[in-house]
Amino acid sequence: MCSRTVSALARALEAGGIATVALISIRQQAETIGPPRGLHCAFPLGRPLGRPDDHALQRRVLDAAFGLLERSGDPVIVDFDEEIRDEVETPLACPLPPRSDANEHPAIDEVRGLRPAYDRTYERLGSTQVGRVVDADGLPEAMGALVRVADGAGWGDVEVVGGDFPTLLQDLRAYYEEAALGLSDHVPAARKAESWFFQKTRAGALVHAFFDRVKDSEPAFPGLYYVIPASQVSDRLF
Amino acid sequence: MSADAMIRERVGGTPAGFDFEPIELVEAPKLSKATVAIVTTAGLARPGEPWADGSHAFRLFERDTEGLILAHNSTNFDRTGYAADRNVVYPIDRLVEMEAEGVIGRVAPRHASFLGSTFELSTFVLDTGPRLAKILREDGVDIAILTPV
Repeated sequence: MCSRTVSALARALEAGGIATVALISIRQQAETIGPPRGLHCAFPLGRPLGRPDDHALQRRVLDAAFGLLERSGDPVIVDFDEEIRDEVETPLACPLPPRSDANEHPAIDEVRGLRPAYDRTYERLGSTQVGRVVDADGLPEAMGALVRVADGAGWGDVEVVGGDFPTLLQDLRAYYEEAALGLSDHVPAARKAESWFFQKTRAGALVHAFFDRVKDSEPAFPGLYYVIPASQVSDRLF
Repeated sequence: MSADAMIRERVGGTPAGFDFEPIELVEAPKLSKATVAIVTTAGLARPGEPWADGSHAFRLFERDTEGLILAHNSTNFDRTGYAADRNVVYPIDRLVEMEAEGVIGRVAPRHASFLGSTFELSTFVLDTGPRLAKILREDGVDIAILTPV
């Protein structure tokens, strides 16, 4: 929905006296709203400036965007001249740690085993995307709530850190995707790490089991489409 | 079909749900003299401060703020790009370079994030968008570049 929202906000800022240019990822949404100046980039969703660490491409996008400010007249949406596609169909090939504690849930054991890879990424980047409601240290314990629901407990009967399962799931996914960066010698194409997490890992299997438990539950689980990407399930989520 | 093509097909036709007035474009000053701010809908947040679903609020971040989490609640876009390089969503380092080169006049002292998954648009247009415009003007901002996820 973000291309809708940036288009509407661009109109509001322009009306408030700020000249705007909006990067657009879903052209049809922007056409419906009509931002003052839009640069449509056919890039993977989540990467509106193209490829990470590709400074030259990012600058070309910004140059093209700011170039629209020289136009006058009616609102306009212009297409950037390069396309990049996601690679959801080819999961990243990453080694997974062997079981180290047979008494631990396989997904939690896996999280502990991936910690060195996660730490390598943290040391390299100096930042992490894990931390909405739990940090890397607290993640194994927090996952117990997911395990209990996957094993049959009602989602409303299980206490979860932060009070919200989807937010915890975002931290879990971020942990794995940063571990994947630590196991790979390059930043993978868009959605390759997503497919690795949901299709190849024991934690991904736990999320699928969690999803299967809550998708038809009564009362309805709030934010079902925030549990798992539409690209990773056969169910039509929206 | 790629995942993004599927998403574009499913949500591309979402109606506006709001009657937008015709708009008059603001004339921007020369780029090399302009102050530029980033306004993203990525749901950026400091650690431990997740967004409430359906929020129309915005959050302001100083230009030198580090360690922002992409806390958007949707799962339907790539996350590793931002994790590896924030500039793929929040091009603050590119703007600082452009400022040093004299391409833009100045990087704004503060930048803003909204949560872009919120469906209802009128509050953005009538309330929080105009409020942010006032704050940015007070910061001397001439141009905003908006980025989605």
